[in-house]
Amino acid sequence: MKTIDVSEITRNISEMCIEANHYLTSDMECALKNAVSTEKSPLGKQILSQLQDNLQIAGDDMIPICQDTGMAVIFMEIGQEVHFEGGNLEDAVNEGVRQGYTDGFLRKSVVKDPLIRENTRDNTPAVIHYEMTTGDSVKITVAPKGFGSENMSRVFMLKPADGIEGVKNAILTAVKDAGPNACPPMVVGVGVGGTFEKCALLAKKALTRPINEHSEIPYVREMEAELLEKINRTGIGPGGLGGTTTALAVNINTYPTHIAGLPVAINICCHVNRHAVRTL
Amino acid sequence: MDRHIKAPTGSSTAKLNGENKQEKTNMDRHIKAPLTDEDAGSLRSGDYVYITGTIYTARDAAHLRMCETLDRAEPLPVDMANNIIYYMGPSPARENRPIGSAGPTTASRMDKYAPRLLDLGLKGMIGKGKRSDAVKEAIVRNKAVYFAAVGGAGALLSRSITASEVVAYDDLGTEAIRRLEVVDFPVIVVIDAEGNDLYETAVEEYREEQGDQAENIIR
Repeated sequence: MKTIDVSEITRNISEMCIEANHYLTSDMECALKNAVSTEKSPLGKQILSQLQDNLQIAGDDMIPICQDTGMAVIFMEIGQEVHFEGGNLEDAVNEGVRQGYTDGFLRKSVVKDPLIRENTRDNTPAVIHYEMTTGDSVKITVAPKGFGSENMSRVFMLKPADGIEGVKNAILTAVKDAGPNACPPMVVGVGVGGTFEKCALLAKKALTRPINEHSEIPYVREMEAELLEKINRTGIGPGGLGGTTTALAVNINTYPTHIAGLPVAINICCHVNRHAVRTL
Repeated sequence: MDRHIKAPTGSSTAKLNGENKQEKTNMDRHIKAPLTDEDAGSLRSGDYVYITGTIYTARDAAHLRMCETLDRAEPLPVDMANNIIYYMGPSPARENRPIGSAGPTTASRMDKYAPRLLDLGLKGMIGKGKRSDAVKEAIVRNKAVYFAAVGGAGALLSRSITASEVVAYDDLGTEAIRRLEVVDFPVIVVIDAEGNDLYETAVEEYREEQGDQAENIIR
């Protein structure tokens, strides 16, 4: 049994909100840097170079990489031997978001009601996903999600007869429809299987997987590689202004599903694919 | 002002592997904002443009309010004539800085409102992403122009903004209308006054798909 005071959760999440909005993870940084030399379009190269400059300025001057500092999506993987004290865990998570977005000069982009649309002015509440695991640690992933790309995400309830070709077409459809709106080069998170909501969660979580890591399932790994190649032949390119770098990665997660169904969710992320991970 | 053959500006890296596939007649232009009718009419899809002068920000909520204002036959807080609207909501400014991160938001969310503002004289819009046919028609009808700034480059773009002041709808926070002073603010002409659309032409240039793949779109 390990006891964690929830104020530790608040402090860490506050720091992680600021960190994620100013620095990309090394896998993303590396992929963006490599893309400058592999891109075939001169304008595409120029845009990718500007993204390099942008990352440099963001870190040096502490200006968020993108002005859309997102809605805070937080994965809490909690070991079943952990005991929390000092208050309500969910309140502590939201307090971390409140402090991080206020102290870090991050944009407050959350409205209290989807139709009345009054800004909450502190970017709360977060979207929190809890998962129970074994052990006595807590793994926190803070993934601020911008809505330029979120708006281009899709769920398709395919039929089992649609098969693997149906899944591939669903992914290509979402990417082509997203085009310039999703700030390419994008990262494509895909969930296949489960139920309506499970596949969406699988897709969201796929975006937090390092983009140089691939599925352990051989056919899924092949599908990831094939789709990345196909997406990069669509011509969309950096900024949607033409080129050969449309996506940096396709990450696919799968889960068992019902005999009657084949749900597919495509969660698209822009090149500012942000997340910070800490284990307490 | 000479129209010349070029690889787009600043692309020292563009010469690395000797690519010249996209060389075409496009111009680097330095223009002033507000836009003159002559400048707006002469810009061409694909031109790389540096804007210096005064522009205004507005996003979804400000557009909704402006259109409600027009419905009541009241004057807008900002005169549209020859102005440029930047679809942008900045992150908060740190001390001694004019603005925080300041990149473009998706323009299509403003498609519902844009034709009405264009018909009132709005000459330019800066955003990212595709526009509707109705907006394209209004651009051509009014000899206006739609520019793209690089999405997700908000830290870089903030360096071209020298001053920022809220001029209307302060209660909307990041969605308030701001007057910005910009110097050599970098944009690319996507839709010009003749209705040419770079998102369609440039993508076609680099598309390497087989026919079957292009048809396999599902709804």
